[in-house]
Order: sequence, then C-alpha cells, then structure tokens
Amino acid sequence: MAHFDPNAKPFSNKWLNERLAVDTLKRVLSTEYWIPKNINFLWAMGMVLAVTFGLLLVSGIFLLMYYLPDTKQAFDSVNYTIMQEVGYGWLWRHIHGVAASVVFLIIYIHMFTGIYYGSYKRGRELIWISGMLLFVSFSAEAFSGYMLPWGQMSYWAGMVITNLFSLGSLELNGLVEWIRGDYVPGQAFLGRFFMLHVLLMPLIIIALIVLHFGTLRLPHVNNQDGEEIDFEAEAEKWKAGNRKEAKVIPFNPVFLSKDVFVMGVYFVIFFYLVFYNFEFAMDPVNFDPADPLKTPPHIYPEWYFLWSYEILRPFGKDAGLMWFGFAQVIFFLLPFLDRSPYVAPANRRRPFRCWFWILLIDMVALTILGKLPPEGIFTTLGTIFAYLFIALWFALPFITKMEKLVGGKK
Amino acid sequence: MKELKILLVVLAFVGITYYGVEPYAHSVMHKHVEGHDFKYPDLKAAPKGNAEAGKAKVAACAGCHGIEKAGMKAPMDAMASVAAYGVNPPDLSNAGAIYDTKFLVDLMQNPTHATKTKKLAMPPSASSAQDAADIAAYLKSIAPKEVTPKEAYEAACGRCHAMRYAKWTQIGEEPKTKMNIKTGKNPDLMKFNLKVAEYQDHLAKYMGKLPPDLSIIIRARSEDYLKTFVEDPQSQLPGTAMPRVGLTKEGYEKVEAYLEQIGDSSKPKREAIGPWVIGYFVLFTLLAFGWYKSQWKGLKD
Repeated sequence: MAHFDPNAKPFSNKWLNERLAVDTLKRVLSTEYWIPKNINFLWAMGMVLAVTFGLLLVSGIFLLMYYLPDTKQAFDSVNYTIMQEVGYGWLWRHIHGVAASVVFLIIYIHMFTGIYYGSYKRGRELIWISGMLLFVSFSAEAFSGYMLPWGQMSYWAGMVITNLFSLGSLELNGLVEWIRGDYVPGQAFLGRFFMLHVLLMPLIIIALIVLHFGTLRLPHVNNQDGEEIDFEAEAEKWKAGNRKEAKVIPFNPVFLSKDVFVMGVYFVIFFYLVFYNFEFAMDPVNFDPADPLKTPPHIYPEWYFLWSYEILRPFGKDAGLMWFGFAQVIFFLLPFLDRSPYVAPANRRRPFRCWFWILLIDMVALTILGKLPPEGIFTTLGTIFAYLFIALWFALPFITKMEKLVGGKK
Repeated sequence: MKELKILLVVLAFVGITYYGVEPYAHSVMHKHVEGHDFKYPDLKAAPKGNAEAGKAKVAACAGCHGIEKAGMKAPMDAMASVAAYGVNPPDLSNAGAIYDTKFLVDLMQNPTHATKTKKLAMPPSASSAQDAADIAAYLKSIAPKEVTPKEAYEAACGRCHAMRYAKWTQIGEEPKTKMNIKTGKNPDLMKFNLKVAEYQDHLAKYMGKLPPDLSIIIRARSEDYLKTFVEDPQSQLPGTAMPRVGLTKEGYEKVEAYLEQIGDSSKPKREAIGPWVIGYFVLFTLLAFGWYKSQWKGLKD
C-alpha cells in the first residue's frame, strides 16, 4: 500500500496527491498534454463540439423537468408549458433545438478537416473510428429527440424512418411493428424514443467521447503539414524554455487560449441563431401537432441527414436501401480504403486533392437536392450525384495507390 | 492570413448549403402567391351607402345574426344555431370595424362569390348593391373605433377555430369552474366540454373537417403564408372549405397580433434579451483574443 502522510491536512495538495495523484493528472491531461504548434482554428472544433454537447446536456436537463412523454400531452408540454409558462423555458428550448442542428455542422467541419489533413491515417485509425461512432450516436440522439415534440414532422419522419426496417422486398413488417411497439407510431413508440433520447444514447455518447479523447492521447493531434513530430524531444525544448524552437505547445494554457477565442466567436454566431434565426433548426411544420390522418405535402429529414436521404431516393426500393446502408458505413472504412502512406494535407496529395473537393461538393449537392421535391431536373441531378458518391468511394483505393506527393513543407 | 482564407472556404461551403436547404428549397416547395394587401381587386366598387337607410334594412340580417351593440340579441344561441346552420353566425357589432366594405356589399348579395366557397350557410340577403351598401354603412357607423386583437380574432376566426392556449373554444371562452374537491371531478367543465364537442360535431360536418386549433399557427406558418392565405384561402389551398373572410388590412393585423400574442408570447423577451447575450459574448471574445495573443506571443517566427 502506498504511503499516507498522517500529518497531511485533509484536502491539502499533498493529501489529494496521495489519494488521487492530482498533480500527475493535471500534468498528463493538461499542462503537459502536447499539441503541435503548426495548427489553425479548425483544430478548435473538438473543443467547440465538447461545449456544444455541454449546452445540449444542460438545456436538455431543464427541458426534461417539464416535458411529458405522452402522445396526448407531449406537444403542449413543449409548445405551451416550456415555451410559454416556464420562465426562460423558451430560451432552453431554442438553445437545445439550435445546438442540435449546429452540432452537426461542426461535426461535418471536424470530419472534413480530418479527411483534408489525413488525420485518420496510420496510428490515428481509432481516432477516426471512434469519431464515426460518435457521428452515428449523435444521429440516433438527434433523430430520437426529434420525435419528442410529437409534431407533424416528428410523427411522419418517425413513420418513414422506422419503415426502412422492413428492408424493402424482405417486407419485414413484423420487425417494424416490433420496433414501434404498435402498427403505427403511438404511445409505445414515443416512450421508447424518449428513453433512448434522455438515457441510453447520452450514456453511449459520453462513453464514446471518453474513448475518442483516449484514442487521441498516444498518436497525438495531427498538424497542418502532416509532419511526424517527436513529441518527447519537442516537449523537452519547450520545458527548457525554447518556446520558439519547440514544435509543440501545452494544451493548457497555450492551446486552450486559442480554443477559448474560437469558442467566443462561435458563441456569438450561435446565440445570434438562437435569438433571431432558428427556423432552420426548428422547422415550422413541426409546430403542427401530429395528425395520423394528414400527411404533410413534403416530408424531409433535418438538413444533416439530407445527403444520405438523397442516396436512398433515386434508386428502386431495394437498391436504394442498399446504397443508403453503404453511405452509412463507408466513412468508417476510410483509413483502410486510403492506401497511400503519406500523411499530408489534401492539396499536396495528387490526385487525392480532386477526390476530396469533389466529395465535399458532391455532399453539399446531395444535401440540397435531398430537401428539394423529387421531380424533373432535381431527380436527374440527385441520381447523378448519388452515383458520383458511390463511384468516389470505389475509386478511392486506386486513386490513393498511385498517389504522388507534390511540394514540400512550407 | 492563411487562417482567414481557410475561414472563407468554410463559410462559403456553409453559406451555399444553408442557401440551398433553406431559402432556395422553401421557395421551390411553397408556391409564391402574390398578395393584394387586402384590397380585394376582384370585387366591384361599392356604391356609397347611407347609414340611416341601412338602419332600417339591417333587419334582413337580424334573422340570424345578433348585433349586441344595437341592442339586438341573436335569435338563437350558439348551440341551436350550429344545429340549424352548421356554424354559429357572428354577432355583427364589430363587423364594420374589421371587414372590407366592398367585401361586405358583395357578401350580402352573393355570399359564395365573396367568400369563394362552393357552399355557405348564409343566403343572399340584400336585393341590390345599394341596399347592401346602406347596411354596410350602418354597420360601420355603429362599430367601435378601435377593436382589440382579441375581439378581432373572436369575431373573424373564433366560431370555427378554437385556441386552446387562450382557453378559447368555438362557443366562447372556457368558463371558470370549480372542481368538487370531494369527488375530484368538475361537472360544470364537463358539461361545457360536452357542448363544445357537440358544436364541433356540427361544424366538422359542415366544413368537411374540424378547422384546426390556431394556438401556435404563428410558428407553424410563415408570415407571408398566413397573410396571403387569410386574404384568399383558395390561393394557397385550392378547394379548401375555409371561406374568404374579407378582413381589412388593419383587421388582419389585429388578428395576426393576437395569434402572435398567444402563440409566440416569448417573442418580446427574445428580442429584449438577445442583444445582451450576444453583447456578452462579443466582450468574451475580445477578452479571449487578448489572452490568446498574450499566450502565443513570441511562439512563432
């Protein structure tokens, strides 16, 4: 057993160190957690995501105090009790709704930053995979939360998405009923999604966030040039006072000071959206109570699901489902489909550079087309971009196999 | 500089995506309807009416409508009226203040034409444009100068559309009743609710379906949609049983104000607090920028 100084004052630094190794913890997790110096503001997105998740958690706790998971009362508990009767309930709901949408924007920026700089490559595969697991869990969390106000879009989106589980021509209607607990979305359905949203998914997300941080600790964060840094040697330079020569900085306070600045800018934009421009996140259609007798003229998912929805739409029932499934899992395989050994920003990797920008443009196009009604030119374009998405992923191993690196470190 | 370039690229992609899924997609999904600012250009100009003459002719209306302002009670109560006509005819005390004169004149002569509906409980009731104009002039002369948003809503929408967040039903405000503490039941409220249910049965039969509760319609439809829809329901929803109600611009603004007051009561607070919160974070950002600069000083060449 370790040595415990009988004279140490309770809760003094020494006392805590003997019991919790607080100084070691602080060093390992903060003051000697080394980050490359050669980074830009995109490296702050992880922190922005963490605080957005914090906002979702806190606002969610307040909403949970008044929300009623009952098909007859859910709508009014949200739109009357929370929005109008509870002091500042409207503020918590707007924060929750806007954060749920914006968090996906930041996730996409975070993902594409990783793809651009090759931050999923050798040594960092688990960072990528745990990040993708987080993406999927956030998707489930967002979808289950969207059911809770029990508006028209909650109901019909719930209907459409659970119908997918009939798996096309397999017609597994029994499975769909088993998931819903009823023939159509009803009380059992709402209760289940409520549980998923407020308990199971948040638990999974928190566990995955810990894992995601953990996967980062050994390979360290990538940098703007994909340079392989000897973190121990560079850390020694920093500790010796060669702050200019050292290629690394401590997480706290140097990296954190930049994170906090980026967070500040983010919060200004975020709260502008919360107060003045929230309809992108709180669709007016969902302010009509769920009506099983009236299908809305346009059913579409929230914007962050649109690109994969558009991959589902242009094909026949079975092919559509298959490619939809493909789109859901293919990003997980990125570290293995990319056969190039080089870790470098995409602009130096030819022809990967083209692959990256085409993928990004393709996904923006799919997102926009996913919201537009499937008619005329939109259907044609949607089909083309969906095929392009699939083709891009099949081409990836070949493109990266013949990769040439151009330009040196600047 | 390089970071600014990166920021511009990020903002460009975010901006294009936002434009595509919000303003552009909505402009494709919702057809554009040109409003006429409640001027009703399809209706003929009304002849000049004489309020005095109208006072004598208004008896033609009093067979179904009450005019409390002029001491005329409705011949039947809401329940009997709805059983007879499918809907309770409105009291006309405020009609002159919220409805367009041209519309009223056309309505009295040809109700389905004015309301753009296939059937309407109201029969043609004025034999000439002059008679109708006189009655309209009379209604105007007795109407109050100023009606409240609530009165405008109740008169123009409230006999078909309930508004549960304001405790409004099609037969009036939910009465204040007391629960019997020994039984845990509230028989008076139950009786009232039974009446509402019976009223709604008739109304749903008359309209084809129960017109929606408007508690939160202000958040469910865009400002432009509500405006053009109320001005001419057929323009947005061809075939709808909802009649054109003929509100004046001011009358509509009153109704809209009430919808907002009940359906989006946090709006004034949002607008009051917004600048403070955003201002706080601007200050936060400036301070954070100072901290960042001090920490990164001398770190780079």
